[in-house]
Amino acid sequence: MATAVLTDSRLLRDSAVKKSDGFWIGALHRMRRNRLAMASAIFLIALVLVAIFVPVFYRYTYAQQDYSAVTQGPSLTHPMGTDQLGRDIMIRLIFGARISLTVGIVVQTVIMLIGVPAGLIAGYFGGKFDTAIMRTVDVLYAIPSLLFVIIIMTFLRGTFSGKPTGIWSGVAQLDDRTGGLVGVYIGLGIIGWLTVCRIVRANTLSLKEREFAEAARALGATSGRIMFRHLLPNTVAPIVVAATLGIPLAILAEAGISFLGLGVIPPMPSWGLMISESIPSMRAHPHTLIFPAVLLSLTVLAFNFLGDGLRDALDPWMKR
Amino acid sequence: MNNRSGYIIRRVLFLFPTLFVVYTLTFFLIHATPGGPWSQGEKPVPPIVLKHLNEAYGLDKPVWQQYVDYLWNILHGDFGPSFSSRSQSVTDIMRETFPVSLQLGLLAMLIALGVGLPLGILGALKHNSFLDYLSGFVAVLGISTPAYVTVSLMVLIFANTLHLVPTGGWDGIWSTKALIPAIALALYPAAVLARYMRSSMLEVLSADYIRTARAKGMSSWTVIVTHALRNALLPVLTVAGIVLADVITGSFFVETVYQVPGIGRYFVDSITKHDYPVILGTVLLYGAVVAVMNLIVDLLYPMLDPRMSN
Repeated sequence: MATAVLTDSRLLRDSAVKKSDGFWIGALHRMRRNRLAMASAIFLIALVLVAIFVPVFYRYTYAQQDYSAVTQGPSLTHPMGTDQLGRDIMIRLIFGARISLTVGIVVQTVIMLIGVPAGLIAGYFGGKFDTAIMRTVDVLYAIPSLLFVIIIMTFLRGTFSGKPTGIWSGVAQLDDRTGGLVGVYIGLGIIGWLTVCRIVRANTLSLKEREFAEAARALGATSGRIMFRHLLPNTVAPIVVAATLGIPLAILAEAGISFLGLGVIPPMPSWGLMISESIPSMRAHPHTLIFPAVLLSLTVLAFNFLGDGLRDALDPWMKR
Repeated sequence: MNNRSGYIIRRVLFLFPTLFVVYTLTFFLIHATPGGPWSQGEKPVPPIVLKHLNEAYGLDKPVWQQYVDYLWNILHGDFGPSFSSRSQSVTDIMRETFPVSLQLGLLAMLIALGVGLPLGILGALKHNSFLDYLSGFVAVLGISTPAYVTVSLMVLIFANTLHLVPTGGWDGIWSTKALIPAIALALYPAAVLARYMRSSMLEVLSADYIRTARAKGMSSWTVIVTHALRNALLPVLTVAGIVLADVITGSFFVETVYQVPGIGRYFVDSITKHDYPVILGTVLLYGAVVAVMNLIVDLLYPMLDPRMSN
């Protein structure tokens, strides 16, 4: 399998990478030399483990209120103190980590499921398909994305809370059961695929002219087979980088819309919601603001470092 | 030349379908959202009053007719009355609040340019040094911290604890009240500009003409300023245009937390109040700002860099 990867997205710079069996192994070696990226990976793995296992045996739940201990500072019983309703901040933060990480990954999946096929089709078939898809992308790019997300979320929140019928009723029930997360996935997913679509299209455009694609065509492979078995595997590297760098964007967007009260539904703890709840009383109880704010920034920071590290590792020709 | 003017005309004409799609999408999304603008108060509105209100504001008509009517009015510069504060028209509100956001955004942009560009240049000149890593770290930190976190932490430290600046409000850009919102809003664009400036500068510094200039015996200062910087700034300018649109339209978190009476804060309020005309007006205004900035950048770039003109 001595095919070649050509990456000409803005994320990966113009460079041709000879792919051999050792491409991913080599990338892993380069990655391990990047201390910042490795530290970030360790931090994120630790966060995932804590988010999965700590709520199982922790002595409070995220919605449990203790009116005898409202807005207390850190103590032995509440390691990070309690919030305005006497809820333990540590368990809320840990549960918030579950939400942020899930949002990051699910939203990225939705984005990939839309953006990758759209980019492949636009790049491979060209012509009318290309025009239709890329004009849609251009127009959607012209709308400030946060603004659009806010409008979509307002629509979804209103529709879901209004006892909808038909196809919406199932989605609304699911949304209700997940504390508003399904709405967040939809809202962030349908606006976020533009960049991935552009990257995949640009790669497809150059890859489809290559010999291996031509050979596959000459052998009578169908378009679908060429796109998904030949072109897509050679675009994996930029897609991986785009996905890793997209996760922190999704986490920030979820925190932002939850901050505005359009994201997850209380008492579900989202870091953005916790930050907005703490602002009115932050002067008297700064710990209710500082813990979620710092954890949100740290997590996003770690994903960004990891994404940068991956990009450098997957693109050894880049000037360092 | 003919080709070029054709391109400009096509780009300018593309503004209209873009804004039309923005209008259509927003219009149908907010009209499909259950709950009307009148059901907000503590007391439910009597049915007869509701009927009259709907008639007075044209909400009893079929949606497609409202869509056409409103589009017609917008094309004549009339965005209609605000539903929540009925004495004001949307145009009045925008005229009152948008300049505040614009001033705040421009101030933030100045700060971002003043911090981001030197940070990026330093990072590239002292490549792989401690300074480079520090500037890179600061840049990623700026990208990773949402503005509402920065604002609230800054209020906590500089206003509540150190009492250096007020805790909120707006008094024009010359007041100390502008410091916290402007700096918080500037952090993200500063980080983005620093990253682009660094990579652009690195690319230029490794170019052959820089080596030639050095070989000719020019002082390194002259090489950096007249040769490298000039060329490295070009791609950054395009980013700066898009970043500026982001800064102007992205201030609602900062405005909400710091109680700045700008259009972003008004927009957030209008969403919870189902104030359709204000939502539509704001989205169209924002869409126009973004589209026009993109247009300016695309048209300006070939003029600054003749190589790009085809």
